[in-house]
Amino acid sequence: MSDPILVKDRPLSLQKQFRFQWEPAQESYVLLYPEGLIKLPGSSGEIMKLIDGSKSVDEIIAYLEEQFPGVDLKNDVLDFLEHAYGKNWICTND
Amino acid sequence: MEKIGSVPTIKPKGPLWVNAEITYKCPLHCVFCYNPLDYASTFKSELSTDDWLKVFRQSRDLGAVQLGISGGEPLMRDDVEIMVSEASQMGYYVNLLTSGIGLTEKRISAFKEGGLGQIQLSFQDSTKELNDFLSSTKTFELKSKVAKLIKEHDYPMVLNVVLHRLNIDHMDQILEMAEAMGADHVELANSQYYAWALKNRSYLMPSEEQLRKAEETTNRFREKIGNKMKLYFIVPDYYANRPKACMNGWGSVFLNVAPDGLALPCHEARMLPGLTFPNVRDHDMEWIWNESPAFNAYRGESWMKEPCRSCDDRAKDFGGCRCQAFQLTGDATNTDPVCDKSEHHHIITEQVELAQKPQPPAADIKPIIFYRDDKNSKALIAENS
Repeated sequence: MSDPILVKDRPLSLQKQFRFQWEPAQESYVLLYPEGLIKLPGSSGEIMKLIDGSKSVDEIIAYLEEQFPGVDLKNDVLDFLEHAYGKNWICTND
Repeated sequence: MEKIGSVPTIKPKGPLWVNAEITYKCPLHCVFCYNPLDYASTFKSELSTDDWLKVFRQSRDLGAVQLGISGGEPLMRDDVEIMVSEASQMGYYVNLLTSGIGLTEKRISAFKEGGLGQIQLSFQDSTKELNDFLSSTKTFELKSKVAKLIKEHDYPMVLNVVLHRLNIDHMDQILEMAEAMGADHVELANSQYYAWALKNRSYLMPSEEQLRKAEETTNRFREKIGNKMKLYFIVPDYYANRPKACMNGWGSVFLNVAPDGLALPCHEARMLPGLTFPNVRDHDMEWIWNESPAFNAYRGESWMKEPCRSCDDRAKDFGGCRCQAFQLTGDATNTDPVCDKSEHHHIITEQVELAQKPQPPAADIKPIIFYRDDKNSKALIAENS
């Protein structure tokens, strides 16, 4: 089975069964889902924070490039979002 | 280098999972129930709403992130709505584990508004007749309606079907039913033999042939359906030769609170002799988790005997399940007899051998099966007092 392709110009949302939050005991952002927890340390948590049901992949990258001028972050952000999409943590809205 | 003879200090991390068994009352009488045999003794001492909220808050402060609200049938209580919304605001991912009985439009709307994360619906079987027989009520149609309600409220549909000798040959229908209901996740978990299920073990344990066929059916279905529905098939541990890493270790991640406030490292621990389990009415959760002798009893490895003590797998499976060791060998510090290194392993293999023999059809053994109901529970309490 081939990996699903992440469309870059549609808004991204968290899958409905996940809950995303800062977890003091873990000192990390986490994704909570039935019966489990995924730690999202460092930049992965910061990227996930931007997934709000309105921003697309392109918009998230543009936003981060504006925040961190001169840093080449496009591929890292894309890698993470594709990973998150492949793991079914996030989905694109129609 | 660690000094020879030094005693390692075990600093437990906080619990991650809190399971709140808010009542043992239940309209069903499932023959494989894992609630304690004497569950009826808790009816008069159930925790109040405020007691529960205190348990949730203190456990959250210890780092717990998952909250299960279960029972019995949790919906027998009318304060689940408050618990859901308060716990959700505290930052929990809240799971409701229910038979679906009592889940009305009004209640599910309130749960949604309160932030409930997931509803896990239990199902006994795909056919109305067997479902009703196994749970001893006429609930199948009701449950199908509830499944629709869950979908309509945009919840992931999580089905839990307990498998055993009497329903495991219906795997095709079970999976078709799950698909028709729009299930997203289906847990096909073979019954574990504790409490009521242990009483009924010889009627519940499937044969090897039955297991093999059911697993094949599941695999075929999985190929056909792809990612749309996730299937988890869990075999009974009696068919393994190494024990399960029960609860990921005693007092490691899981904290169970029973309806009467007893704090336990697992659902079954109440049965273990020689331990005084703390009550949330008397102690705070911090003390219970970190300091109480009961929660420390089987942490680490110092309690282990041979063959666990020198076994390479001891950090992987923690010697298996303390309750199973006690139930089957009479000593909770023994190796779980599921392990083929255990001197008591023959207890398991004898049961497995018995399960290969033909059994009478379900209808014929009906009077022998031990229903989990208040009358039987009270009789068992009287017997043991």
